Amino acid sequence: MPFQFFSSPHLHQGKGISQLMFQVIYALVPAIALYVGYFGYGVLINIALAVIAALATEALMLITRQQPLTPFLTDGSAVVTAVLLALCLPPLNSWWVPVVGTAFALIFAKHLYGGLGYNPFNPAMVGYVLLLISFPKEMTTWLPVQELAAQPLSLKESLTWVFTGTSVQGIAIDALSGATPLDYTKTQLGLGQPMAEIRTHPLFGTLGGKGWEWINMGFLLGGLWLLYKRVISWHIPFAMVGSLLTLALLFQWLDPTTHPSALLHFVSGGTLLGAFFIATDPVTAAATPRGRLLYGVGIGCLTYIIRTWGGYPDGVAFAVLLMNMAVPLIDYYTPPRVFGQNRRP
Amino acid sequence: MKKRRLWSFPGGLKLPDHKSPSTQTPIAPAALPKQLVLPLQQHIGEPAEPVVNLGERVLKGQVIATAQGYLSAPVHASSSGQVVAIDNLPIPHPSGLSAPCIVIETDGEDAWGERQPVENYRQLNPSQLRNLIRQAGIVGLGGAGFPTFIKLNPGPEPRVETLILNGAECEPYITCDDLLMRERAEEIIQGIGVIGHALHARHCLIGIEDNKPDAYRALAATATEGIEVVPLPTRYPTGGEKQLIKVLTGQEVPSNGLPIDIGVVCHNVGTAVAVHRAINLGEPLISRIVTVTGSAVARPRNLEVLLGTPIRHLLTQCDTEIDCIDRLIMGGPMMGFTLHHDAAPVIKTTNCLLAGLQEGSRQPPVMPCIRCGACGEVCPVQLLPQQLYWHARAKELDKLQDYHLFDCIECGCCDYVCPSHIPLVHYYRYAKSEIWAQEQEREKADLARQRYEFRRQRREREQQERAARQQAKKAAVAPSASKTDKQAAIQAAVERARAKRTAQKKTIDETPPSQ
Ligand code: SF4
Ligand code: SF4
Repeated sequence: MPFQFFSSPHLHQGKGISQLMFQVIYALVPAIALYVGYFGYGVLINIALAVIAALATEALMLITRQQPLTPFLTDGSAVVTAVLLALCLPPLNSWWVPVVGTAFALIFAKHLYGGLGYNPFNPAMVGYVLLLISFPKEMTTWLPVQELAAQPLSLKESLTWVFTGTSVQGIAIDALSGATPLDYTKTQLGLGQPMAEIRTHPLFGTLGGKGWEWINMGFLLGGLWLLYKRVISWHIPFAMVGSLLTLALLFQWLDPTTHPSALLHFVSGGTLLGAFFIATDPVTAAATPRGRLLYGVGIGCLTYIIRTWGGYPDGVAFAVLLMNMAVPLIDYYTPPRVFGQNRRP
Repeated sequence: MKKRRLWSFPGGLKLPDHKSPSTQTPIAPAALPKQLVLPLQQHIGEPAEPVVNLGERVLKGQVIATAQGYLSAPVHASSSGQVVAIDNLPIPHPSGLSAPCIVIETDGEDAWGERQPVENYRQLNPSQLRNLIRQAGIVGLGGAGFPTFIKLNPGPEPRVETLILNGAECEPYITCDDLLMRERAEEIIQGIGVIGHALHARHCLIGIEDNKPDAYRALAATATEGIEVVPLPTRYPTGGEKQLIKVLTGQEVPSNGLPIDIGVVCHNVGTAVAVHRAINLGEPLISRIVTVTGSAVARPRNLEVLLGTPIRHLLTQCDTEIDCIDRLIMGGPMMGFTLHHDAAPVIKTTNCLLAGLQEGSRQPPVMPCIRCGACGEVCPVQLLPQQLYWHARAKELDKLQDYHLFDCIECGCCDYVCPSHIPLVHYYRYAKSEIWAQEQEREKADLARQRYEFRRQRREREQQERAARQQAKKAAVAPSASKTDKQAAIQAAVERARAKRTAQKKTIDETPPSQ
């Protein structure tokens, strides 16, 4: 009896791209839950809007590019981009903010470069930076932690605000908003306040910003799970967090009054979300083991530099995009030593 | 188990092993088929040359085809009977093409021809042993099929420190070496004696993955002085020659070198048994152990099979549902190739027949590479499979060589983990063949150029020779050049005058009388 020809290997571990992507999303669940607990439903609305916009944009672009819909629409990559971007947005936004951000991310940062696998820049970060630069007011209107808020918003109130833009219970949204701990630290340091003084503000909890510290622990937990599941490798998170903390410790040691502590850096802003979920995006990160270490160190250092001396309170997004540019070069110069060979290509 | 310092190789995989189904029963002899189909090429190198005629009766163990050239091995009749055909028939080869085979119709007597066991192999010198092993048609039984006697000839200079016996058997499903080690440890040790003697090896290590504790125990109990049985962590591809050497000795075989370059020679455990039988019993290589297993096989097990037995004959003996086979693989699921037809026979390199997989194979659709780097993490050679893939797709053959394509052992680890289901190894094989083809082209061109050059040179030489001859003639006419110029000039003038006179005289002489 004749048989069909197949090329070896005949076994496969079975995991495909969509499984990887959805594991990333599961890993985000603890942080998202904490986020909702501390800042209300806004973040869920952001995620929902971003995901819907992402899938719609993805479908549109696939049709335009005459690509098959099913494999790409179900690969989960657009959803991951959407969720990551949504997690970087202020928890209460007008509906168009996440929509514009994701649509831009997917069209310009992904499909115009050739779609899945071909984009040099992290789409979520491109979307975020676009919003940050184009709509600075919207992007800096953060809600305070629920326990500091005059009045927590219900789901209905949140939705009303997001879609109609009318203020809730007669209160202007501005009155509800506040700065993030990193924001606050930066402005206060600029005003010459010592760190010890700044840390006494009610925005801060035990480790860092109230609420933020625990959300970041959620990211850490999810990240460790991803490591355990071997969805990501340790190189990038380790190198990024390690270099950021090393710099922070160094400057904290040199002058603790004008430099936030390493601990604050660790649990604030995008440090852990960036380290485990954004910098590890396979498509745009370095691919060789040594390359990943370099790439991570680059992001960590740039993050510290931008946070400390740059114009923005957080620097993860810029750091990631800058290092994205360096990836081809890094990969080229960091191939592993081939077994039985002493030279490098 | 005794502790020995072990090393590890980069990458690799922990695979589901699926070995237990075929290890439940001991090795059994396969039934004698009606016809034996013996391909002339069952090894790497030149095919053998038939030395029997159609209709001739042959005995078991009789040479029916002799080795042609250095890298070749003879073929023996694996049972007694009549030669009924010498023809192109399907053989187990990835190409699916047919190749010349000798077909023997068995007579059921299974009658041996003359066997000449060696009384005491220690009295023979290595080259005599090698010759006997060569005549016995032994090739590496691990799967590659490299003629064994060549590996027993380490050359004049390099000294063999370590003989390594490969009992790792790291591919899933395959258990023929496992059972062999359990049941025939004694023969393996005897084989090591012969090989060790031929190589003057200092000591011998037998590496066995720790998922085969019975095999380990059997060999450890039988091992004699100078032979160490080493349990190895189970990890694919520990059975790869270079990987095994690294794990056991910590040394890396140079990328374009051979194990002998670092004083190591590596043989498969099955080969050791074949060597023992050839020397101590006088039996050439006419049978081997084959694992018959897979989802379509109702009674998976290991059989001692006469070479040339049609694969279908074996499958039916193990109650295989032939219609349920989605793919028929010779070898393991990671490096084996699919057979195009079950009429192909068992050959010297057939270690396993895998009829259908228990679980997942690569699922389409193939997605774009997401640069996840998983492939690079598992590559035991530390290549960058992803870059190789890009360059193979772009047909950048030079780049591929820069990225060490030819160090790829086609183990399939990268392919196994790729979440985009990209058939990576397929691309590498294709790229390798492209490069070979190109090289052949270049060689052909080189050869043509050389020929042209040669012709041109020959012409030039001939011209020069002709010129030289003319000169020589002239020189012969002119007197020797040993005198000084002046003398030469005078001499020349005298000569000229004399010549003139002679010429005049000649003219007069030759003037016809009538004038
Ligand atoms: S098949 Fe080649 S490239 Fe892939 S893992 Fe094995 S050696 Fe590395
Ligand atoms: S495993 Fe597959 S998808 Fe990942 S980098 Fe390698 S080739 Fe690309």
